[in-house]
Amino acid sequence: MTAVATDLFASVEGAGAHLYVWALKDIPQDLRDALEDAAGKETSVTGQRVLQTILRNVQVAETERNLVCQDTGIAVYYCRVGERFPLHPARIYEALKAGTERATVEHPLRSNTVHTLTRENTGPNVGFRVPIVHWDFVPDWDGLDVKCVPKGSGSENMSFLKMCVPADGVTGIKKFVLESIVGAGGKPCPPGIVGVGIGGSADYAMHLAKEAIARPVGTRNPDPLVAELEEDLFDLLNETGVGPMGLGGDVTVLSVHVEHADTHMTLNPVAVNYQCWAARRASAHVAADGTVTYERDA
Amino acid sequence: MARHQVTFPVTDPAEIVKLRAGDEVIVQGHIIGIRDRTQIRIFDQGIEPPMDLTGAFLLHTAPNVRKLGPGRYEKICIGTTTSARMVRFTEGLGSQYGVRAICGKGGFPDEAIEPMQRLGMVYFAIVGGAAALETTQIEEIEEVAWEELMPECLWKFRVKDFGPLTVGIDAHGNSLYREVQDRAREKLEEIYARL
Repeated sequence: MTAVATDLFASVEGAGAHLYVWALKDIPQDLRDALEDAAGKETSVTGQRVLQTILRNVQVAETERNLVCQDTGIAVYYCRVGERFPLHPARIYEALKAGTERATVEHPLRSNTVHTLTRENTGPNVGFRVPIVHWDFVPDWDGLDVKCVPKGSGSENMSFLKMCVPADGVTGIKKFVLESIVGAGGKPCPPGIVGVGIGGSADYAMHLAKEAIARPVGTRNPDPLVAELEEDLFDLLNETGVGPMGLGGDVTVLSVHVEHADTHMTLNPVAVNYQCWAARRASAHVAADGTVTYERDA
Repeated sequence: MARHQVTFPVTDPAEIVKLRAGDEVIVQGHIIGIRDRTQIRIFDQGIEPPMDLTGAFLLHTAPNVRKLGPGRYEKICIGTTTSARMVRFTEGLGSQYGVRAICGKGGFPDEAIEPMQRLGMVYFAIVGGAAALETTQIEEIEEVAWEELMPECLWKFRVKDFGPLTVGIDAHGNSLYREVQDRAREKLEEIYARL
């Protein structure tokens, strides 16, 4: 058993390391398509200048095998763990942390992690409770899906939470999202993905907003009511004229993703988490025998 | 909207005054990399920067580099960070050190408009996140000071065809960011009325 567990640990560590670097260099196809579409729609001179530069940059990253953006972010992983996956989540966490560290040292990548109070660097993109892992557990399954979403600070700094009251209704939710994105202006590197979390509790709404930004661009929530809110917000946000990099234009956001939870009768929480145009993301499946299959676009 | 080529550091103030908000600019020559901690050291701790900033172009950056030897670094990936955090240093950079251009992403808030107009400075908007491209436009890291602040040191880069940049705030009191915000606020009122 020990031998098997050790091998699995190595598989998960290797997957974590590979995904972190891969995500930083090779952005998914759905995002490339969305950026091309945006360039097709944009009518302002400055907006076109920005979008054409973005498209050129994606190409250069590929030919030079370089990072798309210099901000290697804070490493965020999303794990779906089967109940029969033979490595305990406590060990999965350790493996992902080791993988993040290895990728940072070996590439090498800029190390961003600091102690929140002293601001001193805590090591190769790892620290106390860093990387950050979201967990989901799947019954009757023996596999592990890992998705890495390195999150840049420019967009993460544009995160907003409001405890609307029930009487604010859906209008209150829409107003808060509009206010947040207009207020953010060019700072989060638009056009990007707006993640919105509604319901649950204050902390859970923000957690859901972060889940929302990790979805492939343009995917719709399976709940038709929530999907309708996604479409409405997308249209409204693109009416604001904030435009690419906040310099004015037609395309302010590439997509709006909403995740929801039921909530208390007197609560109406709404959280916004922005993901920049360089919405980096890469995934892998780890089988129970340690075999790793990589999938960029999941 | 005009297109310009400007070589830094500039000696003639007219090179800056001719630029208008919205114009496209390609930069040649030398630029200086600077960030939060670098400017905190200059202004809050009162330590003189060991590089001449007269006529300079400052870039808000903290690059990914590989150390080659003492004071020698090779570029890996050089991109640009959010400027708004560093707006309070604008006046001092212009009046005390003669900086003529500040380049970053996301824009400067309104408090930069007045000092930039008074001191003949501009804010250049770069495309945030487009670091792979930006790295190819930086030919060499020529000098590094304050290495202990890594990666927030003072960096001197030699650049070729750096851009395209957009003049976000010009030396005439115009800010694209202010204009975009004003129009967006008007639009929001209209949207709220029909929600």
